[in-house]
This record gives sequence, C-alpha cells and structure tokens, in this order.
Amino acid sequence: MIQVSEVSLEYDTPHGKVLAVDKASFSAAESEFVCLVGPSGCGKTTLLNMIAGFFAPTAGEIRVAGRAVSGQGLDRGIVFQDFAQLFPWRTALGNVAFGLEMKGMAKAEREKIALEQLRLVKLEKFAGAHPHHLSGGMQQRVAIARALAYNPGVLLMDEPFAALDALTREEMQRLLAEVWRATRKTIVYVTHNVAEAVYLADRVVVMTPHPGRVRAILKVGLPRPRDPLSVEFLEQQKSLIAHLTRQEEET
Amino acid sequence: MKSVLSVGIFLALYEAVARSGWFAPALVPQLSIVFSTLWTSLSDGTMGRHALNTLFRVFSGLALAAATGLVLGFLMARYRAAERFFLPLVSALMPIPSLAWAPVFILWFGLGNTATILVVFYAATFPMVINTWTGARAVNPLWLRAAGAMGANGGAMFWKVVVPGASPFIITGLRLAFQRAWIAVVGAEMLAASAFGLGWVIFDAKEFLNADVMLASLAVIGAIGFVFERLVFGSLERATVLRWGMVRSVKA
Repeated sequence: MIQVSEVSLEYDTPHGKVLAVDKASFSAAESEFVCLVGPSGCGKTTLLNMIAGFFAPTAGEIRVAGRAVSGQGLDRGIVFQDFAQLFPWRTALGNVAFGLEMKGMAKAEREKIALEQLRLVKLEKFAGAHPHHLSGGMQQRVAIARALAYNPGVLLMDEPFAALDALTREEMQRLLAEVWRATRKTIVYVTHNVAEAVYLADRVVVMTPHPGRVRAILKVGLPRPRDPLSVEFLEQQKSLIAHLTRQEEET
Repeated sequence: MKSVLSVGIFLALYEAVARSGWFAPALVPQLSIVFSTLWTSLSDGTMGRHALNTLFRVFSGLALAAATGLVLGFLMARYRAAERFFLPLVSALMPIPSLAWAPVFILWFGLGNTATILVVFYAATFPMVINTWTGARAVNPLWLRAAGAMGANGGAMFWKVVVPGASPFIITGLRLAFQRAWIAVVGAEMLAASAFGLGWVIFDAKEFLNADVMLASLAVIGAIGFVFERLVFGSLERATVLRWGMVRSVKA
C-alpha cells in the first residue's frame, strides 16, 4: 500500500545544509498498522509530512497504492497532534463533512456519512457542538472521524494523543484500535511513546536522529486486543527500548 | 445598570453647572430645555431626517471602505507584489486625518454627499485594510494543511477557511472602521454638507447661538454610535467568533 524507498530530505538553514532524513525505507501493507518511533529530531514527523505530500523529498520516492506521491491527495487522511486542527467555526459534524463538501457531495448525503463517522468514534451525540465545547480527547476523535470521512485508503497520524492525559490516552488507543479493526485502513502512526507503539502497531519502524535514519523494523506479533500488563507485552516493550537505547550509545 | 448610573451622575453634574449661574443660560442651557428641544425635533421628524441623512452617508462610506479594505487586505496577505505595492501607500496615507481631505474633496466634487462620503470612506478604509491583512496572515497554518489534505483549493480554501479563520480580525476591523467613520461623518458634514445631517445641524446652530440644539444633536450622535457599537457589532460578534470560541468573553 505504501512504499517509502531511499527517501532523503535536505534543507537549507542559515548555518548550512541539514540532512533531516537520510535514505529512509519502509513499507506498509494494505490494512497494516505501522508505527514510526524515535526520539525528537529523528525525522519521523518529517517523513510523515512527506507521505502526506506537504513537501517533496530531495531524493528517493514515496508510493501510495502504486502511485508516486506528488502533493496532497484524497487517498490519504491526516490527523495532527494539535487540537487546534479542527475548524472552530464549524460544528463537529461540519468539520467531519468538510472533505465530502470539497468533493461536491450534496448536503444531506455528506451529513449522513459524517454522522456515521462520528458514531464510529462514539461522538454522534456531539454532532452539533463547536470544537471549543469539546474536551481534547473528543476533539482528537472528531479529527479522526474527519480524516476518515472521505474514505481515504491511508490514515496518517502525527502523535495524535501526545497532548492528552494518560487515562484519556489509553482510552483513545483502545478506540483507535477498534476503529482500525472496523475500517481496515492502512495506518502510519508517529509516536515517541514505546508502550503506545507496542499496543497499536503490527510493525514498528525504529528511527535514529541526526540524521534521521531507519535503524530497525520490528514485528509486534502479539494477539489483539492486547493487554499492556501481560508478560509478552512488557517483553516486546523491553526489546523495543533496547533498540532505541542501543542506538543512543552509538551516536 | 451601572452604565445608567454613570450617565445619571454625569447629567447631574452638568445640571448643577447649568443652574449655578456662572455661565449665560443661552450658552449652557438646563437639561429640561435640551430635552424639550430634543423631544420637539424628534416628534416633528426633523431630527430623524438629519439622522437618516447622516446614517446614509456613514453607511455608504463604510460599505465602500469595507469592500476596498477586504479586497486590498486579502490581496496583500496573499501576494507579495500586492503587499509591496500597497503597504507603503497605506503607511503614507493612513496618518493623514480624513478631515484634512474635506477641503480637497469639496474642491473636486462640490458640497454635498459625494465629498462627505469620501471623507468617511477615507477614515474607515485603513482599519479594514490593516485588520484584514493581519487576519489573513494570522490564519492557523494547521487549518490550511488540514483543508488542503481534504482537497480544498483556490476558492473553497479562501471562502471556507481563510475568511472564517480571519473573521475575529475582520469583525474588529469593521468595529474600528465604524467608529472612525462615525467620528468622521460629523466633522465632514460640518464642512461639506449643504443641508441636513447631524453634523450640519450643530454647525448651523452655532450661527444662531442655539446651544440646546447643538447639545440635543450631540446626544443623538452619541446614542446612535452607542447603539451600533453595542447592539449591532456586539451581536455580530456573539453570533460568530464568540460562539465559535475564537475569542473569549471576559467572565465577571
């Protein structure tokens, strides 16, 4: 579904060229959940933004569903970390319906679909609420529904739950796992939270900073739904942390 | 309630000065006289006609200013060339008091509505330009990214994201523009209006030492300005940016 091949990004700063991403390669199969994990500065968000088409790599190629990515497209939905991503002047329903509106779908039809999407994230009761009346977790759920509404094959998520409190975050992770099982989207999910990656991912792409490189790709073979307190879960977590710390010693 | 109290105290102080005998009663008339003049002019329709003339001028000028300000402001925010061209012009023209143009406009267009409306237009345009320009640049880039990812471009991006995103600034711009327009129209009418208009009434009353007429007109000017500021722009704000949580109301 997604092929990232030898992708590099170099940009100019007043202090010279900086290599943000260096020959990163990974892939995501249809309906696969892939997490990009690494410390700040490892280029994971930059890589996600390039898959989203916000800017182009300076070298290498990104393909989604066989087609080379150039610019933004309706085949990819995106959810950011910042709650402010929602349009404050639109209700939850109006936000979710935005993409369908851009497609030119009639009002009644797009609102019907938008309501279904809100039901998927358990927010159908808040369809008429403006974002500032919703909690952070609810706003992120609206953002997920909005990114899914126009039915893209791929969902790109940039630390969507990082700004939430720990309890809400766990609840959101469970909900996302459900949504993913129900919709069978291909998801690329950026996080620096190891437990989150082990809970959600089929495979974890471990990245190292300065320059951003793919260090390892690990398979999480645990059955779902996963129990974060099980011995197997903690072992997976330990091995992922080992990969992350080992690279720190080397740099 | 508190605003009624502060107005009441102010009026009582005025009445005390008027009754003190320090000034000629023709120059500082008692409130009863001002109110009866106000009542007469309101009931026989003359004050209403003056006010309508003034309102027509102010809203013609304001409408022109809003249209110009919105177009220029958005162009300047979107295109570097427009910004480079218009910003120095705005900076150079903005500090000139709009009333200073009144004699020039009178020379070009004669006494009457055209010159008055142009003065109003001049006064109201700059807050609209500056606020629209700033508002469009202050639109959260995340909204643009999210909208772009959902297929918005060109017209849809402008009307459905940039305009509502800039609306707190635009509404404030309208408010400032109305204030400046309302101040400018009274001055412009004194100089450029040939008959009718609240400013013209005051200026005309000076010739006949009619202090009561002047004060009655001032009260009407203040009242109309207050109503528009509080009711019209206040409710516009409550219906939009306040309801959307894009600006906050202060809790008591």
